[in-house]
Amino acid sequence: MRLRTFQRLIVGVAAALASVIALAQAPVEVSFFYPVAVGGPITKIVDGLAADFEKENPGIKLRPIYSGSYQESIAKALTAVKSGEPPVTSILLSTDMFTLIDEDAIVPFDDLVKTPEDTAWLKSFYPGFMENSQTGGKTWGIPFQRSTVVLYYNKEAFKEAGLDPNKPPANWKEMVDYAQKLTKRDASGRVTQWGVQIPSSGFPYWLFQGLAIENGVNLMNAAGTETYYDKPEVIEALQYWVDLVKKYKVHPEGIVEWGTTPKDFFERKVAMVWTTTGNLTNVRSNAKFDFGVAMLPANKQRGSPTGGGNFYLFKKSTPTQREAAFKFIKWVTTPQRAAQWGIDTGYVAVRADAWETPAMKQYVAGFAPAAVARDQLPYAKAELSTHDNQRVTKALNDGLQAALTGTKTPEQALKDAQRESERILRAYK
Amino acid sequence: MTRTKEWLYGWLLLLPAMALLVLFTHYPAVANLWHSFYSTPRGSRQAVFVGVDHYRQLADDPIFWQALSNNLWYALGTIPLSIALALMMAAWVNGRIAGRSVLRLAYFTPTILPMIAVANIWLFFYTPEYGLLEQFLRLFGVPTHNWLGSQSTALPAMMVVAVWKEAGFFMIFYLAALQSMSPHLAEAAAIEGASRWYFFRRVTFPLLMPTTLFVLVNAVINAFRLVDHVVVMTRGGPDNATALLLYYIYEIGFRFWDSAYAAALTMVLLVLLGAAALAQFLFLERRTHYQ
Repeated sequence: MRLRTFQRLIVGVAAALASVIALAQAPVEVSFFYPVAVGGPITKIVDGLAADFEKENPGIKLRPIYSGSYQESIAKALTAVKSGEPPVTSILLSTDMFTLIDEDAIVPFDDLVKTPEDTAWLKSFYPGFMENSQTGGKTWGIPFQRSTVVLYYNKEAFKEAGLDPNKPPANWKEMVDYAQKLTKRDASGRVTQWGVQIPSSGFPYWLFQGLAIENGVNLMNAAGTETYYDKPEVIEALQYWVDLVKKYKVHPEGIVEWGTTPKDFFERKVAMVWTTTGNLTNVRSNAKFDFGVAMLPANKQRGSPTGGGNFYLFKKSTPTQREAAFKFIKWVTTPQRAAQWGIDTGYVAVRADAWETPAMKQYVAGFAPAAVARDQLPYAKAELSTHDNQRVTKALNDGLQAALTGTKTPEQALKDAQRESERILRAYK
Repeated sequence: MTRTKEWLYGWLLLLPAMALLVLFTHYPAVANLWHSFYSTPRGSRQAVFVGVDHYRQLADDPIFWQALSNNLWYALGTIPLSIALALMMAAWVNGRIAGRSVLRLAYFTPTILPMIAVANIWLFFYTPEYGLLEQFLRLFGVPTHNWLGSQSTALPAMMVVAVWKEAGFFMIFYLAALQSMSPHLAEAAAIEGASRWYFFRRVTFPLLMPTTLFVLVNAVINAFRLVDHVVVMTRGGPDNATALLLYYIYEIGFRFWDSAYAAALTMVLLVLLGAAALAQFLFLERRTHYQ
């Protein structure tokens, strides 16, 4: 009888031990929000990546959660933070960095970067992309789905206008000259084909930033506490945009819709458009004519803002979860995977060595426009991002739209925007 | 004893509806008022009591005033038009005409369609150069115009979408009211030799007043509530020309994350709607004849 009890005890202890061990080995759960902002089967690709990662790392259970547009994703992530159940990691706009820091929602990556390999990995990204990922000497975001602005042009229209289809405009003056030649009017004076268009709905600041950088200045400081909306160079840049519309009459009037800009281009309503590299696959599959992709034209210098999303790590997570998420982020940004992601989606591969992989080389060899974004990256600067980012950006957006619709002069519009932005940023100095 | 029982019985019957109302309507409204007196908590900074600061900020906020005036124009432009259209359509499909049910369905379709999808279609209608409206106007030699992209036409363009969306919905109520109306009235009027217009003005329209009141309350609420198409079509632009009050609240609350200021704005909207509903019930009720 005693022996029985003893045996039972042993069995019991063994079972308890086994369950403790099982508990220790239970996979770490890593929830992961991601937005979709371009066309294509993105959710399928992400699910595929997650499955591959889990196969290689059986101890980690990755839960990718599609969270809508960028705007919806940050809304969901921040609401989740407030309710106490945030994801472990998430892809959100690189420009949301200051907002996330101010909300005390994220942690920097620096504490996780321990080995020399990790340090080398952190240094492998294009510096243009890191500008929006670091502040105060810390790295808060890891570039993943990033883009820049480029110029798409219709080669057939170039030929018809007597222009060299292999010579896109290299500077502002050329862009005006070409646009004048490319603007076609019918007998009644109605424009049937515009020379150039730069979309101005929703987030005109992003495209405008290209003009400002080309004119020699960016719109804000790295600490995100100051904006330079009313610098003479910036006013000059806006004057150029307004002149395209009012003076040269080679750009459609009023606010040009971002969403229909690719379609305007396919429909041959406009010969040159400024839009994101993320539209490359879209234009490639829908344009019924030979088209070219070029860097944005220079004035004092070449330039474009970067755009797109970074990985962030949320504060309310266990150290093991953070380690696991970090492992995934490193895994998904290796040169091969960064290259494949770029090929599949149209985003710019985020590190130089990704462009040296065989898959990428083959892709570029078959489709040269894909490399334009890469060639422009050395000139790329950080996208407009400050504390209370959306508000400070809205001040500029409102000003740009007022100038483009003619209710304010460029100078007045930008002075008003600057005053508003200074009022908002006073609290963060 | 029976009185207590009846009393208890009555409250028990009320309980489910009341619990829901308190939980999802009254408590949020009161909590919202409470939050509007505190600052927005950010990260580790707790909310502190700021009194009426947000309301003072509101008085100085040019975009708030613009959104408010936009919204009043929007209400003024959409409510009478959609009600008049609804009444006309109802009168039209109430008569004995061929294909009546198809016509009714056609008028009601905009109500069934989800606003976000519809707004994307309207976006195409308004597209400059090759949009449907432009193609149509070109036939008459009207010069091209960027409907959503200029400050003077963006808001009217949004009103058209709202009227299109709402008129069919209101038509259903008018149609139901017209059908419940006794045919003897029309016969009597015919015998007396009243003209159709006179009959409509002195008999039909007064009898429709309860419906009109109901529709009017709904129309006012919708004029402040229906902003889905703004999100899709203009995002409040150009330069806030189409910023409506609720859209501005959304922007402050979920893009700028200034929840306390958004709470103050919400109070304004609540007071505005409450006052409108009260006025309608107090003044129109007197002129309304219930059968």
